[in-house]
Amino acid sequence: MRILALVAKRLFWFVPTAAGLIAVVFFISRVIPSDPVALIAGETASRAQIEVLRTKLGLDRPLPVQLVDYYRQLLKGDLGTSLFTTRPVADDLFARLPATIELTVAAMLIAVSIGIPLGVISATRRNSGIDHGLRIASVAGLAIASFWLALILQLLFSMKLGVLPLQGRIAGFPPRAVTGFMTIDALIAGRADRFWSALAHLALPAITLAVPALATIVRFTRAGVLDTLGRPFVDYQRATGIPRALIVWKYVLRNALTSTVTQIGLLFGILLAGAVVIETVFQWPGIGTYAFEAILHSDYAAVMGFTVYAGGIFMLVNLLVDVVHGLIDPRGGTA
Amino acid sequence: MIADPLLAISDLAIAFRTGHGVARVLDGVNLSVGRGRIMGLVGESGCGKTTLARAVLSVLAPNALIEGGTIHFGGLDLLALPRARLETEVKGRRITFVPQDPYGAFNPLFRVGDQMMEVMKWKSPRRQPYERGFGPLLTRFPRARYKTDREALIALLNEVQIPDPERALAKLPGAFSGGQRQRLLIAMALMTNPDLIIADEPTTALDVTIQAQILKLLKRLARERGVSILLTTHDLGTAYEICDEVTVMYAGQDVETAPVAAFFTHPRHPYTARLLESLPSPNREIKEIGGEVPSLLAPPQGCRFHPRCERASPECTASRPAKSGTGGHIVRCFHPLTMAAEVAP
Amino acid sequence: MKSVPTTLRQLMRDRSAALGFFLVVLVVVAAILAPWISPHPEAVWDMNPANRLKPPSRTWLFGTDRMGADIFSRVLFGARITLMIALVAVGASLLIGVPIGLWAGWSEWWIGEALMRVSDVFLAVPQIVLAIAIAQTLGPSIENVILALSVTYWPWFARLVYAEVRALKRETFIEAAIALGVPPRRIVLQHVLPNVASPIIVRASIGMGFTILTAASLGFLGLGAPPPAPEWGRMISESREFLPETWWYALAPGVAIFIVVMGFNLLGDGLRDVLDPRLRRSHDR
Ligand SMILES: Nc1ncnc2c1ncn2[C@@H]1O[C@H](COP(=O)(O)OP(=O)(O)OP(=O)(O)O)[C@@H](O)[C@H]1O
Ligand code: SF4
Ligand SMILES: [Mg+2]
Repeated sequence: MRILALVAKRLFWFVPTAAGLIAVVFFISRVIPSDPVALIAGETASRAQIEVLRTKLGLDRPLPVQLVDYYRQLLKGDLGTSLFTTRPVADDLFARLPATIELTVAAMLIAVSIGIPLGVISATRRNSGIDHGLRIASVAGLAIASFWLALILQLLFSMKLGVLPLQGRIAGFPPRAVTGFMTIDALIAGRADRFWSALAHLALPAITLAVPALATIVRFTRAGVLDTLGRPFVDYQRATGIPRALIVWKYVLRNALTSTVTQIGLLFGILLAGAVVIETVFQWPGIGTYAFEAILHSDYAAVMGFTVYAGGIFMLVNLLVDVVHGLIDPRGGTA
Repeated sequence: MIADPLLAISDLAIAFRTGHGVARVLDGVNLSVGRGRIMGLVGESGCGKTTLARAVLSVLAPNALIEGGTIHFGGLDLLALPRARLETEVKGRRITFVPQDPYGAFNPLFRVGDQMMEVMKWKSPRRQPYERGFGPLLTRFPRARYKTDREALIALLNEVQIPDPERALAKLPGAFSGGQRQRLLIAMALMTNPDLIIADEPTTALDVTIQAQILKLLKRLARERGVSILLTTHDLGTAYEICDEVTVMYAGQDVETAPVAAFFTHPRHPYTARLLESLPSPNREIKEIGGEVPSLLAPPQGCRFHPRCERASPECTASRPAKSGTGGHIVRCFHPLTMAAEVAP
Repeated sequence: MKSVPTTLRQLMRDRSAALGFFLVVLVVVAAILAPWISPHPEAVWDMNPANRLKPPSRTWLFGTDRMGADIFSRVLFGARITLMIALVAVGASLLIGVPIGLWAGWSEWWIGEALMRVSDVFLAVPQIVLAIAIAQTLGPSIENVILALSVTYWPWFARLVYAEVRALKRETFIEAAIALGVPPRRIVLQHVLPNVASPIIVRASIGMGFTILTAASLGFLGLGAPPPAPEWGRMISESREFLPETWWYALAPGVAIFIVVMGFNLLGDGLRDVLDPRLRRSHDR
């Protein structure tokens, strides 16, 4: 019940926030100095042709009117048409979304599955060599420019050692798209070679993207575990003589994770942001590269579409975080 | 002296490394708990009661140094026992614990029943030595034993007067009052059929009105089962009502041990006498114990009480007095009060 | 708020904070002294095709780039651009965000609340997405990068200050001041502001590192200072064309970014511990 209420509250705020977001991006994207209409019409178009097209696209009317139009359009699920690919933006984004989700989820899996245990170890061996090493590494992980790390990894693993592919999602023909996730589709198709290829292509971008998230998760888990270890119930549990590892990994970790989970929600935003840059470096055909190309081509409908998408995903993730938080902490209230 | 005590601590010395030096918190403590007996350990705040309790439970802080002495428990030398045996056979199984703060003792995110059954899984008296699992995290609770253990626990919860135990087990700790939590903790301390319960000021955190109830409950259940209790308290009234014997500690040293009646009627150590005089009483004015508790970083030589003692003589500063006395009444003082000196309880 | 000397002394006691402080000072000094300490100040902007893509050597400490410019010298001069962008952007965000947060948190008037909702809108999308959109719209230049970063970073300060002020308003000493009829402006400036200064300083230090990373990303994407400015992100981007042969090309600028950001992050963490132990757990960039 409580979780439902939370979800309802989030959803309630979703609408105005999304509307505000759209307005902000809308106004930003319309101040573009270059004329998008001239761009679509092509270099050979005459002035008159351009003006006709402008009226046709509704770009001659005042901005607020255009904004209201855009809201109306959005309510119908229509994100407009990309000036560059000439396809509906919604279709473009939808087609590219699986690539980005595959990448971010892979990065998150790496970050969570390594970061949480490392954070726990760091906390339980406080002030040991391992702890100091991990603390330095986690600050460093947040200080590395991801595009630089991407280049270094490419240089090392693709160019020098030749063990991992340089860019792209798969070598040769992709498997038949079922889920859109290359690795899963390859498994569905029963093609081990395609699967390995997809996985190899996924490795470097996912690792690059995972580094800052990993660093953050290590930090937060460590802090959470340290905080919890000082609470009296840990002391009592020790006196009951149940195995120490059990106390830490089952009981303490759960308390510690309540704050880490909140962080994981924020991290998805950072991952999504990182994806814009990293997808470009690895030629990963996700919504990050799409957004970047859209920006370069002054493709305002696509930029808007991406921003709405990104905002939507971000808010959705935060919704999910609330739910997970509620599952970890059954007490209720906002911790 | 008690013949063949369950717990025998002798000359235990424990220090803590601190930022300001080494604090000698326990300095040659002797204490015995007989089978089925209730021993009260009394003393002012900071005299080392909790440290002693934790030493017996083998949950000393990481900065603790055991500088000497022994702890014998049921034929085992606890300080020499291999860690693995200590963890599986003694801790939480034959020696259990009732903590001071019932509010902090439960993890607020787990159901009370799950937390209690977790302990049962590892510490149940019905746990068979051949039960095996894959380490602490992947070991399963054997089905059949789970059922019997749970039934035993529910029976016990009825005895500690938790209403509707079945449903109580499914609740989060937040649903219980302090008194109820302490009842749950008493049940937890009893459910493994221990020989000894360490109760460190088990009622200090509770409302005065329920303190007595909880203590009487603990005493009754322990008596019925023949379980010994080592109960620390700085409340002499509690000691009087609950305990069979009392040991007084001063600044990390035991100064007097006596059966509870003799303790209150014929205190022999000057400190004990002053402690009793400080009790409020209708026919006497309260007397503060003069002077200050000594620093444990640089404790006084010899009898640690000498800077505050009216009877102190040069020998008191030179060496620690040996045990003297008869029967169960032992005092460590060069100039004890005579048996005749009476102080009304 | 503690005094500056006390804060510094306590900072220096923590090894990692001291390291952060040292790194920041190192980069600041390098930026200031760039024209004097760079081995080839003339080879920063000039084209020297003869020296193109030389590997590191005694003359070219970190090699040369595609123009034949000395990468080490360019990195030193790049520090000026980077620090300038980050300082101005974080400074501007402070100047926008702090008053808004103070005012919205104190007055609890609906306009203030509305402003906080606007800041939520900005926080609902990753900063770099909006920054890219703005920088692209306005065209690649240092000024526009600064503008893009300030416009997208102020909500962090507004949020922070807003939350602090709301909490402070419930403190007894503030309630007492209100009851005594002290004018609100005086309360805010004399009691509230000093109390929110610590978290602001901490956030600013961490924000410096974060902003430098975002600025470098913009540069990398071609939205930063136009060539031939020695902007670190752009230098790394340029190097891609010549990989894997010129492995040194991206090395120095990448390490430079790492050093500054690490410096500010360590410093921020250290400041957090010294100034505001309460905040220790709420690190969220
Ligand atoms: N881990 C530790 N490190 C340093 N000193 C400690 C530690 N634990 C206890 N002490 C010190 O040892 C002394 C005895 O503490 P202890 O908790 O055993 O006293 P106590 O008799 O239980 O007091 P109280 O009645 O207040 O519970 C105190 O001076 C305390 O400060
Ligand atoms: S030994 Fe001496 S100092 Fe200690 S209590 Fe007895 S008389 Fe006092
Ligand atoms: Mg105590």
